[in-house]
Amino acid sequence: MPTVLVNGEEIEIGEDERLNGIQVAARAGEEVPHYCWHPGLTIVASCRMCLVETGRRDAESGEISMMPKLVPGCQTPATDGTVFVTNSEKVKDARAMVEEDLLIRHPIDCPICDKAGECSLQDYHFEHGREERRADLRPFTSRRRPLGDTVTLFVDRCVMCTRCVRFTREISGDAELMVVNRGAHEEIDVFPGFPLDNRMSGNVVDLCPVGALGDRDFLYKQRVWFIKSHENVCAGCSTGCSINVEENQDRVYRLKPRENPHVTGWWMCDEGRYGWKHVHDPGRNTQPKRRGDEGYENVEWSDLSQELDLKLRSSQRIAAVLSPHLTVEEAFMLATYVREIDPNAQFVLGHVPTQGEDESFSNGFTIRAEKCPNRRGVEEVIIGLTKELPTWDDFANQLGEESFDAVWITGGYKTNWNDETTADKFSGIPLLIVQDTFASPLWDRATFQLPSAAFPERDGSYVNHADRLQCFSWAIRPPAGVMTEGQLFWRLSQKSGLYKSRSILEDVTREIPYFAAAAGVDCGEHGIDLKVDKLAAV
Amino acid sequence: MTPNDPNITWVEEPRLGLSGKMYMPMFVQGLTTTFKHLKGSLQGKAVTVSYPDQEPEIGNPIIYRGVHRLNKDSQGRVKCVACFLCATACPAHCIDIIGIESPWEDREKYPESFTIDELRCIYCGMCEEACPVDAIELTSLYNLTGRSREEMVFDKEKLLSVYDATKDKEPMRSPEMGGTV
Repeated sequence: MPTVLVNGEEIEIGEDERLNGIQVAARAGEEVPHYCWHPGLTIVASCRMCLVETGRRDAESGEISMMPKLVPGCQTPATDGTVFVTNSEKVKDARAMVEEDLLIRHPIDCPICDKAGECSLQDYHFEHGREERRADLRPFTSRRRPLGDTVTLFVDRCVMCTRCVRFTREISGDAELMVVNRGAHEEIDVFPGFPLDNRMSGNVVDLCPVGALGDRDFLYKQRVWFIKSHENVCAGCSTGCSINVEENQDRVYRLKPRENPHVTGWWMCDEGRYGWKHVHDPGRNTQPKRRGDEGYENVEWSDLSQELDLKLRSSQRIAAVLSPHLTVEEAFMLATYVREIDPNAQFVLGHVPTQGEDESFSNGFTIRAEKCPNRRGVEEVIIGLTKELPTWDDFANQLGEESFDAVWITGGYKTNWNDETTADKFSGIPLLIVQDTFASPLWDRATFQLPSAAFPERDGSYVNHADRLQCFSWAIRPPAGVMTEGQLFWRLSQKSGLYKSRSILEDVTREIPYFAAAAGVDCGEHGIDLKVDKLAAV
Repeated sequence: MTPNDPNITWVEEPRLGLSGKMYMPMFVQGLTTTFKHLKGSLQGKAVTVSYPDQEPEIGNPIIYRGVHRLNKDSQGRVKCVACFLCATACPAHCIDIIGIESPWEDREKYPESFTIDELRCIYCGMCEEACPVDAIELTSLYNLTGRSREEMVFDKEKLLSVYDATKDKEPMRSPEMGGTV
């Protein structure tokens, strides 16, 4: 196995691993500061922040010969016998010099810069910069101009790492960004009349190591040190990008992609990134209601579960529509609860919202047309329990021929998703429970209107289009008056205390073979591939 | 820091003698002060102040920690840049700011709304300390009253009006005093 020497420590790397100096030093627990290098982009080695000493150890004599000059760690491959020194005085001096140079032209407007608190320039300056200033630095206001509808450029804060330029060339493929001028006058810019306008434009803000690119949606809204980050999964489409939900006091401020090599790498699309606005929509349903003789009347959640239970138990034929916005655990809990009352209950895959066609980028990133996170998971729960899979449209058409005593429709959709004609088919059902985030024709015909949780409020797991199960916990609490599906179904299943999604997932893995790979395994940051067992079975 | 840290010097309380144990010296000392003030007030030199008929004297109004004010710059605009550092430093969480893009060329960000809950504030002066542009300052106004809790939540306009009311008596911290322009 190839052995690399990092600061005198021997690090073994895999036979076919292609690592650079920064990555191999990270394995030795040494952080090499860098601006321009990003694992998802090509190497330009232009920022010079990752300069390290390198050399070779002779395989036979064991003699180490070092190179006289410092080299960029990002551009130096780690092979058998490569030596890296990342903590010598020479290296530290070089870093301090780079930091000093960057700061000479920097506005130092950290108090009003949105990046302050998560800024590499700030962090590296504290860690690697000089203790005293040799130049007379004065704060000034950075020039700023919008690059497009989503991003504002703060010209003077830029350190010219060109990550954003490379992103638009290599990942999103539209190449809107470029570097204009030369030397100390270099600036990032767009060509006049061609703004930064692609479906992944928000990523350049995450890539920017300093505060030069600001997300116009987030700009000035919140300081980053107030924000708490929660691991979650994007509910925008069936790709299921790993994300962080960043919130403060139960209010989402932004979504950020989280690295997951098995799903999308480091990126997410703008649709997902800004697709959380419905969570704080004032029009959201927040009051459970029962249809009475004189219109709808408010009900308390505390009485509701008992009332629903009584009503359902007096019904003969029950159907439950499981929305693809539910987590696997929620779908399973509702299904098992209904099946316990009516062993022949019908389970239906809820309406699957689609929009346009799948859109793929050159690097393989795909925005899927299916705008729900968990179709696969809910499908497999239904197949696992009943062996058949009626869709929403089948079910709505079938209603004319077959009658049900009770139908429970789950939702969680971002918009009003059904029309009057479909909703009319449900008007004859004696007990129609509709659980949704927004009002719709179907909602207006419900016997019970139950407000539903939005994605950052849910707890459980989604299965994406490629059968990867990703678990997550709630990031914010639901607004007053909303009980999450998980908690309601937990209560209906006569379980005490708070909803624990992990214990339900264990039940799911026992009951449904499709989920077997998740049995007793920690989901981890990257999720579990459920196909593994299927392939083994074949 | 642990109790056995070599940098810590542990000091024992001095043992009391017989007179100390009888509390007599301290007792007499205390009464002496009382009688001194009694004598003074009989001669018309009372240490108490007949508030509110008489205003107490404040030592140095520049360093007194009373009601907050939001300073204005030379063009009469609010000096605050909505950086949230005062809100971050505030141990009582009484400052609430909403920042937006400023309408002026030379400024990037300014507070659309700036409220301080004067009832929640503990007047520690940390906000003043944290401010990078000397926009928030504590004045020597101490007699703060209101008829409702809502009235005691000061908004931007009210805090700016405190500046107008106090700027002559208490000048803004100038660059000579270590402040910013």
